[in-house]
Amino acid sequence: MNRHTLRTGVTTLLGVALLAGCSSEDPLAEEPAGDAGETIVIGSQDYYSNEIIAEIYAQALEAGGYTVEREFRIGQREAYLPEIESGSIDLFPEYTGPLLQYWVPDTSARLADDVYAELGESTPEGLRVLEQSPATDQDAYVVTSEFADQWGLTTIDDLAEVTEPLTLGGNSEGETRPNGPRGLADTYGIEVGYTPIEDSGGPLTVKALEDGDIQMAIIYTADPSIQKNGLVALEDTKGLFLASHVVPLASDDVDEEAAAIIDEISTTMTAEELVGLNSRSVEEQLPAATIATDWLEENGLV
Amino acid sequence: MNLFAEALAWLADPVHWSGPSGIAARLAQHLAITVAVVAVSAAVAIPVGVLVGHTRRGRGVVVAVAGAARAVPTLGLLTILGLMMGIGLQAPLAALVVLAIPSLLAGAYAGVEAVAPDVVDAARASGMSEAQVVRQVELPLAMPVLLGGVRAATLQVVATATLAAYVSDTGLGRYLFAGLKTRDYPQMLAGALLVIALTLVLEAVLASIQRAAARAAAPTHARRAPA
Repeated sequence: MNRHTLRTGVTTLLGVALLAGCSSEDPLAEEPAGDAGETIVIGSQDYYSNEIIAEIYAQALEAGGYTVEREFRIGQREAYLPEIESGSIDLFPEYTGPLLQYWVPDTSARLADDVYAELGESTPEGLRVLEQSPATDQDAYVVTSEFADQWGLTTIDDLAEVTEPLTLGGNSEGETRPNGPRGLADTYGIEVGYTPIEDSGGPLTVKALEDGDIQMAIIYTADPSIQKNGLVALEDTKGLFLASHVVPLASDDVDEEAAAIIDEISTTMTAEELVGLNSRSVEEQLPAATIATDWLEENGLV
Repeated sequence: MNLFAEALAWLADPVHWSGPSGIAARLAQHLAITVAVVAVSAAVAIPVGVLVGHTRRGRGVVVAVAGAARAVPTLGLLTILGLMMGIGLQAPLAALVVLAIPSLLAGAYAGVEAVAPDVVDAARASGMSEAQVVRQVELPLAMPVLLGGVRAATLQVVATATLAAYVSDTGLGRYLFAGLKTRDYPQMLAGALLVIALTLVLEAVLASIQRAAARAAAPTHARRAPA
């Protein structure tokens, strides 16, 4: 064994040791799980709009005399839901459709009230969903207004009239998800190609739409870029996308008084206002705390 | 190590190997991106590096530019270029060229510069033109170091070419992005293992070429030449 081989071997061993270190570490393991309910731990997704809603919950509860701990920007559903189920997190802004699909993957509910009703039944022991908000944030197929005018598009059905080949753009997971090309073919009988663009409907996706590299993109309906760039969200007449209203997921540590504070926020917030909140983050680059304070004051909730 | 076993099982499944988005096709795309980027970068960086090493002028500028280019975050550059050029392969290729150039440039000028001045003088004294000095004396002697630059650049590019999948349906990065977003970690780890395997193969090939060049440059010292 010469020196070079030896060095390679040692480096490999070190690398393996490091990897092993990573896998056994749990960043939330130190948190006291399910304490006496004096502090309400609020979490949020790693999504700016979700963080704003979580911050609104946090400030409203603080104004109501509660002690709040913020665990924001945790990640996506698969990462944080086990933490909520285990009691480490007490309150989390969620979305009805995707949350229902997490617990009931093959659900047939599509309309807002059906989804909310089934969600109430599917929520595990120790957790409950509070009032759902009129505010929605869901995936939609979006086209440019020129393209919509050219073919007279208002609903997804109308895409059948388009004679040129269609390409859908979105994150790579969309290719295999039920609302990707397969779902579109199954539900509407429309065949499209797929191009992955990994910025979650961000500027690269909008650019690709404008360049005509793709004709349709999956963008969240609460994304301010839809208004700003004159994009058109096609109406989903056959329920390909689940209704997705903002809904707080709460543990039993959230008492009735706190739940009432949160319910008032949910019923006050409209879909337009959610776009407005997102727009202040995207366009004005304001921090979530400022946006939340302003919104609560405007609506007389603090 | 359960995840590791699942990743190996994912790799062993023949379903994942065939078709337009199968492993064979993705490996070929990844290799093609790497070769294209290193070739384009070499065509730009090596002549400049050799010129700087030969004339011993402009070294400060080249070091500064190469150093600054090293500091550019490739994902950020890719996003900016993507917004200018649109989606597709152009933006990732351009961003990767920026990534590859510093190593190639450094290898070329450092290699040529390190050639002993008396050897160059001897070549001039025996009547060689400047072009002959470069081609027949400096380049062969600089080759091991220059190829070290190619090796370093290839290593960086093959590992970073996963970003091509950020804006196009290309390369092994597709497994990483698809796995990351759907929590399909076996697929993600399998993609990473494929990148590592491809990197090691390229590294072995380039290392043997570099050793051959070292033997050619200094036949009597071949046994002690750096690997």
